[in-house]
Amino acid sequence: MARIGVFICHCGENISATVDVAKVAAAAAKIPGVVHSVDYKYMCSDPGQQMVSSAIKEKNLTGVVVAACSPRMHEPTFRRACAEAGLNPFLCEMANIREHCSWVHEKGEATTNKAIDIVRTLVAKVKKNKALLPIKVPVTKTALVLGGGIAGIQASLDIANSGHKVILVEKEPSIGGHMSQLSETFPTLDCSQCILTPRMVEVAQNPNITLYSYAELESLEGFIGNFKARIRKKARSLDEKLCTGCGLCCQKCPTKKIASDFDAGLGMRPAIYVPFPQAVPNKPVIDREHCTYYLKGKCRLCEKVCPTQAIRFDQADEIVEVEVGAVVMATGFDIKHGDFFPEYGYGNYRDVIDGLQFERMASASGPTLGEMRRPSDGKVPEIVVFIACAGSRDPAKGIEYCSKICCMYTAKHAMLYRHKVHHGKPYVFYMDIRAGGKMYEEFVRRAIEEDGVQYIRGRVSRIYERGGKLIVKGADTLLGARPMEIEADMVVLATAGVANPGAEALAQKVHISYDSHHFYSEAHPKLRPVETNTAGIFLAGACQAPKDIPESVAQASGAAAKVAALFSQDELIREPLIAVVDRQAPPLYSTCVGCFLCQTSCPYQAIEKEEIRGRDGQLIKTVAKVNPGLCQGCGTCVALCRSKSIDIQGFSHEQVYAEVLALLNRGESDV
Amino acid sequence: MKTGFYPGCSMKGSAREYSESLMAVAKVLGRELPEIPDWNCCGATAAHNLDRDLALALPARILAAAEKAGMDEVLVPCAACYSRLSVTRHELLDAKGSEALRARISGLIEAEYRGSAKVVNILEWLAGIGGLEGLIQAPFARKVACYYGCLLVRPAGIVKFDRPEEPQSMDRLMKKIGAEPLDWAFKTECCGAGFSISRNDLVARLSGLILDDAVARGAEAVIVACPMCHLNLDMRRPNIEKRADKKFRIPVLYVTQAIGLALGIAPKKLGLQRHKVTVRFSPAVDKSPAETLPPSGTRPGEA
Amino acid sequence: MSRGPVIQHDRQVLAERILEQTGVDVARCYQCGKCSAGCPLAADMDFPPSQIMHLLQLGDFPEFAELALRSHTIWLCLTCEICYCRCPMELDIPKLMDVLRYESLAQKKINPKAKDIISFHRAFLDSVRTTGRLFEMGQVIDYKLRSGHFLQDLLQAPWMFFVGKLHLIPERIRDRRLLKRMFARTLKAREGRP
Repeated sequence: MARIGVFICHCGENISATVDVAKVAAAAAKIPGVVHSVDYKYMCSDPGQQMVSSAIKEKNLTGVVVAACSPRMHEPTFRRACAEAGLNPFLCEMANIREHCSWVHEKGEATTNKAIDIVRTLVAKVKKNKALLPIKVPVTKTALVLGGGIAGIQASLDIANSGHKVILVEKEPSIGGHMSQLSETFPTLDCSQCILTPRMVEVAQNPNITLYSYAELESLEGFIGNFKARIRKKARSLDEKLCTGCGLCCQKCPTKKIASDFDAGLGMRPAIYVPFPQAVPNKPVIDREHCTYYLKGKCRLCEKVCPTQAIRFDQADEIVEVEVGAVVMATGFDIKHGDFFPEYGYGNYRDVIDGLQFERMASASGPTLGEMRRPSDGKVPEIVVFIACAGSRDPAKGIEYCSKICCMYTAKHAMLYRHKVHHGKPYVFYMDIRAGGKMYEEFVRRAIEEDGVQYIRGRVSRIYERGGKLIVKGADTLLGARPMEIEADMVVLATAGVANPGAEALAQKVHISYDSHHFYSEAHPKLRPVETNTAGIFLAGACQAPKDIPESVAQASGAAAKVAALFSQDELIREPLIAVVDRQAPPLYSTCVGCFLCQTSCPYQAIEKEEIRGRDGQLIKTVAKVNPGLCQGCGTCVALCRSKSIDIQGFSHEQVYAEVLALLNRGESDV
Repeated sequence: MKTGFYPGCSMKGSAREYSESLMAVAKVLGRELPEIPDWNCCGATAAHNLDRDLALALPARILAAAEKAGMDEVLVPCAACYSRLSVTRHELLDAKGSEALRARISGLIEAEYRGSAKVVNILEWLAGIGGLEGLIQAPFARKVACYYGCLLVRPAGIVKFDRPEEPQSMDRLMKKIGAEPLDWAFKTECCGAGFSISRNDLVARLSGLILDDAVARGAEAVIVACPMCHLNLDMRRPNIEKRADKKFRIPVLYVTQAIGLALGIAPKKLGLQRHKVTVRFSPAVDKSPAETLPPSGTRPGEA
Repeated sequence: MSRGPVIQHDRQVLAERILEQTGVDVARCYQCGKCSAGCPLAADMDFPPSQIMHLLQLGDFPEFAELALRSHTIWLCLTCEICYCRCPMELDIPKLMDVLRYESLAQKKINPKAKDIISFHRAFLDSVRTTGRLFEMGQVIDYKLRSGHFLQDLLQAPWMFFVGKLHLIPERIRDRRLLKRMFARTLKAREGRP
């Protein structure tokens, strides 16, 4: 005979303000099987939990219903209290009378009655609950880090240095990401490559890190602690073991005029190339879209000059399968380009450039060797206009958010320009200056006060070209919004930071959620900023939202700490809320008829075939069996099973029917 | 498909050469353009500046009359009228609360407005005519600055025609007749519109900027698709030149006049003699830009 | 000494009426100034468009809304639509200007510098009211009488007549009575004239 205890929480006034909790407790006491029913101001407090555990002991309870908030919040709390009092934790249920009742209804009798109904259903359910044991699964102590920019590099190094294996996958031929393209970094103006390349080398040398560059994730299956990843290593068209990185092939390649992605289109590269001199690994790839041999079947000059015979024209992509316990998404971001702006010339004016192009122009390793030379004619620009919020904070263009990094890099750009062209005139059109960060405001003031950058508060309406000059039509809203025109030699657009083009497809591949702009969603905006809603997958850097280097690095270290904490356990404990296939005594053995519709429908490949054999070893029947390590308890198989042979533990047919019946039959017993 | 024609008031008066050239071109192209019966003025800027209901009722009466005459679309060559008719159609059919508004306006015009007739501008109409290239008698081989003005392409969400910055449709038309459309900066800048009489000082300034850029880029003619733009750039030329303190000799042609010349229609039939700024293009005779010059001997673009 | 603008909470502010009539929410304007930067006549305006928006945003201070209604700007606006076209918040400023003009007329707060522009509009609509179409010559004469600019453009008329652009007799539509009724129920009703 069931002996159920019901505990009604006031949640301060969150519940008691609209629900008559004393009445709920009294009504619950009358439900058959309930032997104990009380209400209390804060059930989750220590004295509240004490009330639960002492009632279990004193009244010898066989089940507990806590009528309070959502189970997401305090189910673990009360299940722990039950376990401490000797009751199997899965015999404790939460009746959500806050989110589902008190918060969404007015004070009144109907609200109280609804709370009673909710309690009644859970009492009916808990009577059918069975004691369950948690599932233990092993943890593969290898992390997969996707993306080899500064965030991925930092996360990889931190995980590797805490003693765990890391597989780092980068889609470009070299790690380094956008940071390797930058000239100098705010607010200290230290050289980006100078601080980044030692980290890149560290990655290459760390024995715990396996680097797959020029590679992409093909698929990811499994769950926390037990993922299986397939990685496509794109064909570099050379044998990496033989290649010494001497660079002779790149020098001799006859196809040299390919716009370099690394130089943001401002510089050229050959068809066989290393993106930049400090690349890690320092091994070239052949760009098959532009290589003469792949296009016309002739050339093979690189093959002839290679001293180690490392060129492999017939190399195919390779798929590598790895098992990992955790994944860090560090796939970074992209920026909008000039063609996004009809009013700024649709990207047709060569001297209207974006922020990354300016970085390459200002970089000592860039196409102009760090000299300020405008793309159209190579002249030193005397007047440069910088436009902040180009595309950001612009709902008409579909981007309502602030890209966060532009205020700072625009101040830096204007400053760098002034350092390189002493007589030059930098003007910045801005809407607000958002310089929240350590030494950031000071940096912007320095640009204005020491480097003479002129800030004009207003958004540019239009840019057009006339006689080799770019006419910038703006207004200063601090001067009565008077319109003004600047005849500039070059314009730098601080274009919006956006998600990578492949971000959405990748998110779907690894089953994580993302926002309407395809930035990856954190599990909680404040309290779980480096986790995703998918257990075991973490976030680092600008794939979550535009962010600067210090923030990306901090988040990467945070993600690494989460991974290390996960890897500190040998086994993971999982809730046993999984599917089970019916088993019976002979001669039936199981109601399962072996149609295996469940197997084809299972999204987690958790259903296996089991052969039931007699003592003589003869096959009696083949039935479905659930692998408890893989099952996520989604219930798809339960819904599809034609013979109703599959049930979800904790949400069995019997339990759910009991809940429904409790509502349908309420008139007969009470209220 | 029955296409009706809404001339609007200017095409009957100060812009009659626009109407003349359109009719001449339509004849060659084999298109009939019956006028909307008993059409009224669209109200122009004056109505929408002074009274909202009136600004909607005047165009609504025109559109209702077109519907009644069984017209599926209405060609509105005047860009200003096109804008008023398009905006009215949008407000009465698609905008928030349009149902109540439609009922009220239908009451005012004492006829039901249903919205079955589409509003089409001159560029849209011309672009929809296939085989124009085949009819060219004398390619209009001139460098032209296509001037769209404001109202053909804006507001983009209402007119839904071409792109609002650097539109291309007129440029494509000009290429079809053998002209060389130039990249220039003032395709969609405002000429001063309805201020031609009340504030001609402003018109002189704004229109001067437009001519300045067209001339600086080597254009031999400015091509327009709006009587107001033509009035400001052509008839207001003395005011423009006085304000800018220099001469602009560049002629301003309606898009239909340029096409008419390419189709071999006599200049007189296209009303070229009615312009303030002398137009001396004639079909197939020669291609010298010097033709446009008055006897003084200065070259276009020079002050 | 003036204490400066005083908040008045008890009246429906202009911004709310604008929202009701046009769907334009002035609160959405974040003062980027792109409208003023692109406006062909911003330099001639007493308050460029972005400032008009700000005056309306501070509509709790009726003095500011009053400045908008009394501004020269609302009559200078050419409805060229470039501000609306480029506004990052997609605010239909030209439509908002229409409402400001109606309010300015209704509250008799017309900027004295806008006299000529309004005279022109009235002359235009009078021509439409009587004939159904614009009678250019009639309108110009009417405008000259209203504005007092008798000599302006006097030399244009013979030329226009000469090239065949000026008609001396107006074109009239058939259903002129309907036009009269339409005017009577709209413009004339609001202005309290027959």
